[in-house]
Amino acid sequence: MSTNTIVSLPDQSTATLPKDNYLNREYGLLSWLLTKDHKRIAILYMVSLSFFFAIGGAMAGLIRLELLTPQSSLMSSDTYNKVFTMHGVIMIFLFLVPSVPATLGNFFIPMMIGAKDLALPRINLLSWYLYVLGGILVLYTMISGGVDTGWTFTTPLSTHYVNTNVISTCMAVFIAGFSSIFTGLNFLVTIHKMRAPGMTWFRLPLFVWAHYAASVQMVLATPVVAIAITLLMLERTVGIGIFDPTKGGDPLLFQHLFWFYSHPAVYIMILPGMGVISEVISTFSRKRVFGYKAVAFSSVAIAVFGFFVWAHHMFIMGISNYAVLVFSLLSMLVAVPSAIKVFNWSFTLYKGSITFEAPMLYAFGFLGLFTIGGMSGVFLGTAGTDIHLTETYFIVAHFHFVMVGGMLMAFLAGIHFWWPKMTGRMYPAKLSQMAAVVTFIGFNLTFFPQFILGMLGMPRRYASYPPEFQALNVLSTAGASILGIGYLLSVLYLLWSLKYGEVAGDNPWQATGLEWQCQSPPLTENFTEMPIMDHEAYDYAWLESKNRDSRKEEAPSAE
Amino acid sequence: MRGWKARIGIAGKKRRPVPNSQATANSGPDGGEHGENHDHPSYLRHHFHSVEQQADAANFAMWIFLATEAMFFGGLFTAYLVYRNWYFPAFVAGSHQLNVIWGTLNTVVLILSSFTMAMGVWCAETGRRRGLVLCLSLTFVLGIGFLGIKGIEYREKIEKHHFPGLQYNLSSFLDPQSDPDVFKQYHDKPLSLDMARHTEIYFSLYFAMTGMHALHMIVGIGVLGFMIFRARAGAYTSGHVTFVENFGLYWHFVDIVWIYLFALLYLISRH
Repeated sequence: MSTNTIVSLPDQSTATLPKDNYLNREYGLLSWLLTKDHKRIAILYMVSLSFFFAIGGAMAGLIRLELLTPQSSLMSSDTYNKVFTMHGVIMIFLFLVPSVPATLGNFFIPMMIGAKDLALPRINLLSWYLYVLGGILVLYTMISGGVDTGWTFTTPLSTHYVNTNVISTCMAVFIAGFSSIFTGLNFLVTIHKMRAPGMTWFRLPLFVWAHYAASVQMVLATPVVAIAITLLMLERTVGIGIFDPTKGGDPLLFQHLFWFYSHPAVYIMILPGMGVISEVISTFSRKRVFGYKAVAFSSVAIAVFGFFVWAHHMFIMGISNYAVLVFSLLSMLVAVPSAIKVFNWSFTLYKGSITFEAPMLYAFGFLGLFTIGGMSGVFLGTAGTDIHLTETYFIVAHFHFVMVGGMLMAFLAGIHFWWPKMTGRMYPAKLSQMAAVVTFIGFNLTFFPQFILGMLGMPRRYASYPPEFQALNVLSTAGASILGIGYLLSVLYLLWSLKYGEVAGDNPWQATGLEWQCQSPPLTENFTEMPIMDHEAYDYAWLESKNRDSRKEEAPSAE
Repeated sequence: MRGWKARIGIAGKKRRPVPNSQATANSGPDGGEHGENHDHPSYLRHHFHSVEQQADAANFAMWIFLATEAMFFGGLFTAYLVYRNWYFPAFVAGSHQLNVIWGTLNTVVLILSSFTMAMGVWCAETGRRRGLVLCLSLTFVLGIGFLGIKGIEYREKIEKHHFPGLQYNLSSFLDPQSDPDVFKQYHDKPLSLDMARHTEIYFSLYFAMTGMHALHMIVGIGVLGFMIFRARAGAYTSGHVTFVENFGLYWHFVDIVWIYLFALLYLISRH
């Protein structure tokens, strides 16, 4: 009786690729560039995101190479400033913010809720074009001399003191921001208005809940950074003085407006990743996510609290002590819903039938690294320790643990989890598990030494450092190359699998989401008939009985 | 130990009552699952079940978009709030440079345009093609009129060197009597040099806020032009009124923003 939730994986050898699917219904470049199919737009996003991730990654490589030696030996300090700025701008605005929502969210939210498409397909395509335009502007900035303000565009440095391409970078951020607003808007409308019959709010997969929370933030926070950098651009070009201290303007106001977006932005980045982790952990431990409602509401709680903690980026910038106190307390509060998630995922694992496929390995990586990243955030949210640690490598290590260790691991988990659904083919199992382990090792080797460097007081954003820090920096650079190999490995076998991978079949992981109940790759209209949701999310008993029924149907014909 | 499994076992059998959208999807003459044979209007997009769902979604999207717009202007209003508290005398002196008569006239023009827009939506809903074209055209003209008056005001400010930047001139605030038109009306006292400098913040906000507002007007007028063109062909008077309704929401929103701007920028020291 209790074994009925342990599902035997289906036999893949007999599976064939469906003749008609979203990939082969139309051919030609225009059928992609003018498509309104959410799945094709997701693929467009995935290709362009990977391109920018490669550039941002190359920048990271240059940074680590430069930091191999205490002197600035590979490049001048000016070039170094430009390189780390570009790394930040590309990774944040062109990779992390759109990563999971624009690819996996775009592809799977309509399928998970049983819809044929997002509510606004043309806006969806427009948002991709805006993203590409933003990307082109960043590339233009890069080849026309770069920008060296850091990704935070701190005034008055950015308005008065630097002679680099601040305007084109700000335009790029502005435009990419609108792409993000449109994505969020589309998700909100879709989740509200497009759910299939029977798909109540508490039957939604947690992936959808996480995207809902992130979308609220995209829609409400992004316009604030848009106006902040608009004012910055106006100050730089026509000379209005809203952030100019010589006229009585306050540079701190820019910081407030900027972080009012850029702090929620970290939740925009991490929440969709958390959605992926919920799906993956449930599937590979064959259990309903423990405390479904708690996990769903913790996403919403993160979205709400996320709006009230921005000034913890500004503890040393001259805000009042009372503000520091309040924002410190509020920052601690945000740890509560994050912890609820981590505990509930752990309880989901408890007595589950765990298997260790590649997506699950990445999810485990996420659990550990996100927890370390989050805990180190408590040090930084505490005003006393923050004064010692801010602007050091401790900060760098902290947000890389959350963003690379958390978000990127979640992104890779999601890509590996849904790859068979998106492409219809399976990647090599052993190789992918190996890549996950290599990535995990490389990541820890790269970023853990940076915690120690930060504690010892090595400041961030300098091309040179005192020689006593060299050993740990060499360790970090060595780790970065291992990390790079891990990523490269996944890219290679994923591309290989497009042509040579085994045919995956409809539901290779025996997952319960609606997206797994149709063919892979899916039809352009997703479902042959409108799905009706008649069970809870993550209901493995339902899946088992469905499989039993389909076996019964097949049996007579076999005789 | 098996509590959760049992729960899921029960949950798996439980069927919730089917929501309404199912009923609408199946309510066609053939009662089919998909309804390809339904008598669908041509504007129903393939991924929606029904016209109501499509209109609902578009409407909801517009409201969310307006929320983002509110946050966009919210950044400016925050800046205004901070600096008005810090530099109140400078804000009063700066406000006295604005022409309340032009401002009031512009407010009237914009409220009128909101009225014609609302009439336009009504015309679309009741299938009055010529009425719709007329209302949209009136809205268009009133919008252009607003921008024209705004242009006159901008020119006055630029001529007096009250546009922020290198050319910015403090004389109206250091020595109000050198600016007889305004002095006659308000009898302002001279400001200290420090406070006079802060008037530049006021005008930075004035140009940024009204400029962003004008930009929204320009976009709106552009869309209006497109709509007039389409309305003449009868696009919105055969049942598909969502676009007109949603544009109406946008236009009213831009109007409301102006009401706030008018009060905050023009009427600071009036009670």
